[in-house]
Amino acid sequence: MPLWLFAFLAALAIVSALGVIFQRNPVHCLLSLVVTLLTIAVLFIGEDAVVVGFLQAIVYGGAIMVLFLFVIWLLNLPVESGPAGHLALKLFGSLAAATLLAELFIFLVPPHLQVKYSGHPPGYGSMENLATTLFANYLVAFEVTSVLLLAAVVGAVALARRGGAGPRPATSRGAAPR
Amino acid sequence: MIPLTYMLSLSAAIFAIGVLGVIIRRNVLVMFMSIELMLNAVNLTFIALSSRLGSMDGQVIVFFVMTVAAAEAAVGLAIIISVFRGRDTLHADELTLLKW
Repeated sequence: MPLWLFAFLAALAIVSALGVIFQRNPVHCLLSLVVTLLTIAVLFIGEDAVVVGFLQAIVYGGAIMVLFLFVIWLLNLPVESGPAGHLALKLFGSLAAATLLAELFIFLVPPHLQVKYSGHPPGYGSMENLATTLFANYLVAFEVTSVLLLAAVVGAVALARRGGAGPRPATSRGAAPR
Repeated sequence: MIPLTYMLSLSAAIFAIGVLGVIIRRNVLVMFMSIELMLNAVNLTFIALSSRLGSMDGQVIVFFVMTVAAAEAAVGLAIIISVFRGRDTLHADELTLLKW
């Protein structure tokens, strides 16, 4: 990946990430987040992680973001008006984030950061190589992940079911106020 | 290849932006999006280091992070929907049931 392309992608990622946290309308926040995720997917592909890059674009930029979008539509959120949060909170939040950033940067300059570069083995980043690693070295983690996903699906259905566990009857909210 | 320092600096910047979003935004949904930002910054670190080290382990871990993020998004959004149904707000300062 040429350096100018990286610079462009990095600028795009940072600007759209700032857009996520500074826009008032949740839909605009979400669209900024999608731009960030797709930029990161392109960076993945530039780092020779082609399969994971496409997974990022499809699973993150596609599936998870559509889930967010559905929730925003479902809740019919208003645009926030007026200043959000206290000024002191913003000030100290910015200070904390800046401190964290400085702290991370200290460890990213070369004297601290010592990585022994090694060339890519043949087939690096290919589907075959990824699958071999996944199903040979990480098989237990993979199976546990499937249990996690099952638990998440059951939990989400149980939580979102209208009038599932609570005392509220199924039709009270839709009919009563009108 | 892009110098590793640039790559990690970008991911540190995105992570810090995510932290800032969680702190200053009071909308639960936007806080959730900031958490996704942080997860992606960490993914970028994994991919960059895995590419420099010539090992596939980082990519596999990114795969797992994506799975956990999907599960987290499903459960978190279900919680958000059920909170909104009961309280009619997503403002974090108004959700004070567990506040001492």
